[in-house]
Amino acid sequence: MTGAGGRPGPRGPAHEIAAAVRRGERTAALVVDEYLEAIAAREEELHAFNVITAERAREAAALLDRRVAAGDDPGPLAGVPVALKDNLCTRGVPTTCSSRILAGWKPPYDATVVERLAAAGAVVVGKTNLDEFAMGSSTEHSATGPTRNPVDTERVPGGSSGGSAAAVAAGFAPIALGSDTGGSIRQPAAFCGVVGVKPTYGRVSRYGLVAFASSLDQIGPFATTVADAALVLEVIAGHDPLDSTSVAEPAPDLLRVLDDGVAGLRVGVVRELLGEGVDAEVVERTRAAAEALDAAGAVVDEVSVPAAAYGLSAYYLIAPAEASSNLARYDGVRYGLRVDAASTAEMNVATRTEGFGDEVKRRIMLGTYALSAGYYDAYYGKAQRVRTLIIRDFDAAYERVDLLLAPTTPTTAFRFGDKTGDPLSMYLSDVCTIPSNLSGHPAMSVPFGFGAGGLPIGVQVLAPALGEAAMFRAAAVLEEAIK
Amino acid sequence: MSATATGWETVVGLEVHCELATATKLFCACPNAFGAEPNTNVCPVCLGLPGSLPVLNERAVELAMRIGQALHCTVKPSIFHRKNYFYPDMPKDYQISQYDEPINVDGYLELPDGTRVGIERAHLEEDTGKTTHVGGGGRIHEATYSLVDYNRAGVPLVEIVAAPDIRSADAARAYVAELRAILVAIGASDARMEEGSLRVDANVSVRRPGEPFGTRCEVKNLNSLRSLGRAIEFEAQRQITLLERGEAVVQQTRHWDESDGRTHTLRSKEEAYDYRYFPEPDLVPVAPPGEWQDQVRALLPPLPADRRAHLAAVTGSTPAGVALVVERGLDGLVLAAVAAGADPERALTHAEHNLSMEGADRLDPAAFARLVAMEVAGELTATQAKAVLVDMVETGDPPDDIARARGFEAMGSDALTAAVDEAIAADPDAWASYCGGNEKAKGALVGRVMKATRGQADGKAVTALLEERRAAAPGPA
Amino acid sequence: MQPMADRITRDDVAHVAWLARLQLTEDELDRFTGQLGAVLDHAADVEALDVGDVPPTAHPLPLENVLRADTPRPGLDRDVVLGMAPSAEDGRFRVPPVLGEAP
Repeated sequence: MTGAGGRPGPRGPAHEIAAAVRRGERTAALVVDEYLEAIAAREEELHAFNVITAERAREAAALLDRRVAAGDDPGPLAGVPVALKDNLCTRGVPTTCSSRILAGWKPPYDATVVERLAAAGAVVVGKTNLDEFAMGSSTEHSATGPTRNPVDTERVPGGSSGGSAAAVAAGFAPIALGSDTGGSIRQPAAFCGVVGVKPTYGRVSRYGLVAFASSLDQIGPFATTVADAALVLEVIAGHDPLDSTSVAEPAPDLLRVLDDGVAGLRVGVVRELLGEGVDAEVVERTRAAAEALDAAGAVVDEVSVPAAAYGLSAYYLIAPAEASSNLARYDGVRYGLRVDAASTAEMNVATRTEGFGDEVKRRIMLGTYALSAGYYDAYYGKAQRVRTLIIRDFDAAYERVDLLLAPTTPTTAFRFGDKTGDPLSMYLSDVCTIPSNLSGHPAMSVPFGFGAGGLPIGVQVLAPALGEAAMFRAAAVLEEAIK
Repeated sequence: MSATATGWETVVGLEVHCELATATKLFCACPNAFGAEPNTNVCPVCLGLPGSLPVLNERAVELAMRIGQALHCTVKPSIFHRKNYFYPDMPKDYQISQYDEPINVDGYLELPDGTRVGIERAHLEEDTGKTTHVGGGGRIHEATYSLVDYNRAGVPLVEIVAAPDIRSADAARAYVAELRAILVAIGASDARMEEGSLRVDANVSVRRPGEPFGTRCEVKNLNSLRSLGRAIEFEAQRQITLLERGEAVVQQTRHWDESDGRTHTLRSKEEAYDYRYFPEPDLVPVAPPGEWQDQVRALLPPLPADRRAHLAAVTGSTPAGVALVVERGLDGLVLAAVAAGADPERALTHAEHNLSMEGADRLDPAAFARLVAMEVAGELTATQAKAVLVDMVETGDPPDDIARARGFEAMGSDALTAAVDEAIAADPDAWASYCGGNEKAKGALVGRVMKATRGQADGKAVTALLEERRAAAPGPA
Repeated sequence: MQPMADRITRDDVAHVAWLARLQLTEDELDRFTGQLGAVLDHAADVEALDVGDVPPTAHPLPLENVLRADTPRPGLDRDVVLGMAPSAEDGRFRVPPVLGEAP
């Protein structure tokens, strides 16, 4: 059993599992069975998964064991169970985005990240719950019901990748993948007390990730340790010719630099993200993290990223606009749900009205409005210009510092129902994470202690584009400092 | 069109969609092939499956540039937008198309008569699938259900938008014919209107000459040059009739019905769609570097207008006069034959009148030149030359062999002179009458020569000889 | 500086729902109008920013000319493709009558 705060339980961490399986000291079959038992023990309580792929996982594990026995090396994640957010396409395994409109849909292809994990020897144990189409910050907007936070089951695990965060925190899998459009990896990682990484936009192929907001979406890992997150990112990152927005860079070398420390690195604490609306206990942990980096030899200062304050506004115009277009294809013609009607147009309406939940409908309408004739310049066009300002302010900050430090979330995990009646209050829980999505820069959340009620608090390390190596070095120092 | 005669001027702007002759679709590696079994050339990308992403086809960009260059456009840095609307033949319910930053802008197309039609833009976009309406005789409004095939979805298109410079149905036909010839010549498209790889929409309006443009209607479903011409004439007349009755033309989209020869309302401007264009976030900008543009330009073959100008210069004709020969692709043959010594005018005349058959372009230029020489030398009559030419295309044999086999024996000038003298001796009355100025009497003499030579004598040569003899003959006194 | 548009109305929401092919009940129309209005009010803070001469960013990456070779690859098996369809006939996707030409 993994303790609160996501410390590795007896079954992890991933790099140890892989090492043991590669050496033939543990069988993948045994590893998978142990994790499936852990899932069976607590899944009913938590609802981290939309589907558990036990049979496939056992078959894959048996195959890996045969390969090891034959002298093969299955790769750096040999035998490591992985949970996949249910918006990543898996061939022949239902991929629903926690939406009625895709209930039962089995993709005929694997996402690039799924192929890369398999090629590295990882074993998929299931598809995790999310806010429908990744739109939400609590996993309450799921057609399959909410996921509970393993640390405190009265509270949300965060979202939208709440299922993946909960799965890792509960020891259902040592690693998981999520997607982060406005904080959907980092915020649930902070709420559940695990490590969560949003890589640089373009680092990880989006091919096979069901799109929410294409210019913001990025896939990243959850893990119990910084080293495991680095290991997974090394496996899934790197150029993919199937994604035009994939950067032509090899995967970053992270594990090798993990112990390099932060001596001499300049770190700036983002002033705008420590102000109003951020709980005192969160501010306190962020300042403590700054001190820990200072103690490890970093040069810590406070810096300003003024336009970051406008991130939320720009985000809630850009993301819904792209979503309104990305989600048009769910029309009842080719796959997924169809609610029949007398004409195709009426069938489209009936299907979408029945198939989408309220939050998805809200965002589709918001985005349609932001793009519609007469409003484009005032809303979408303006938001794109604000996006430029945010990037300029980050660039200016990175002239002075190598890394930025900020809270991941303004608060610790909230209770079910606290924010569902007021969409805007829910959106505000993403205020610290959104700027990195708009700028495309990498950012990760590292558990850094607890607040009232023993609820985990995460701090966020931010880096310039493709600056994952320095970001992971700082994260490793923080992890070490809190042990 | 009679519009000008009635005091009205027809104004036409044409939008032409052509499917590019690539091996694969615009954004995925599915084959771009016509006529395959339904839904067999599809993949996650062109089916719009969740999670799939587009990647742009390099060859499609190259062909789009070729089209732009052939139409004298400027190639520019461009981006793709999403055009959002729901329709079942469109897998993503948006079309990826270039919007306000297209790859080609500001060009022109020169018609055979020398007039130029402005090209506003020529941009890349993806094609849609095909919907078949079942029941109700295939008519959309009476169908009981529809079936969709996505093989065509994602096939690369270039949409060529002309300025409203065209003033008649004939000019519109000439424009499309010329555009088709260019597209085929540069290998960008097979440009078949009947198969839908070239699709034309016409924006038609009428006005009093010199006045501002009138309200236009867009006419769709033009599947041949003939439909295009008929539809424009019908639509212009419909608008003139409305205006002359004091009624207004309503801006709308109209559908040409070939069977009744009329245009019908599809929808009016009030129902116009809100396409919510925005930059396609799954694609990055396309800005072909100068070197790439130069490479593409270097591979551009001579265009029909250049070929017409060249052939006209060599043959002493006009561009319009050689248009048919260039359209048939016989300009190369004529030029090569002239280079081999053929008389330019005769060679051109043969290419225009006697070489419309299949395979004419494979004729050996040297043999063609030899045939022209035989004809000019009087060894073959015009009629005989045509017959020999037909055999040459069919068999590939040299003209001398064919002439001999057909019994078109060489009629030397001595033999011809002898035949003429014999005819004069045999019919002194006719000769005297002819010498006396009766031109009609010449016919009897020519007839005698032809009969004696079993038709192998060249009528013109016979006449020339007779005139020569008459001039040399002593006067009647 | 451009002023932001007027507050979203119930009619706007109804129009937008049609554009997005969604049907809303009267209650939903009221609720969504209020909620969308609140989000758009919050977005009004960008109004204070002078962005007139700031270029828009459509994309966080400065990439261009990402192209693929024109080499065909086989796609999906038709049985798989039509196996996903809510309704299929004669090798094609079947849909209710389409009442109108594509725009």
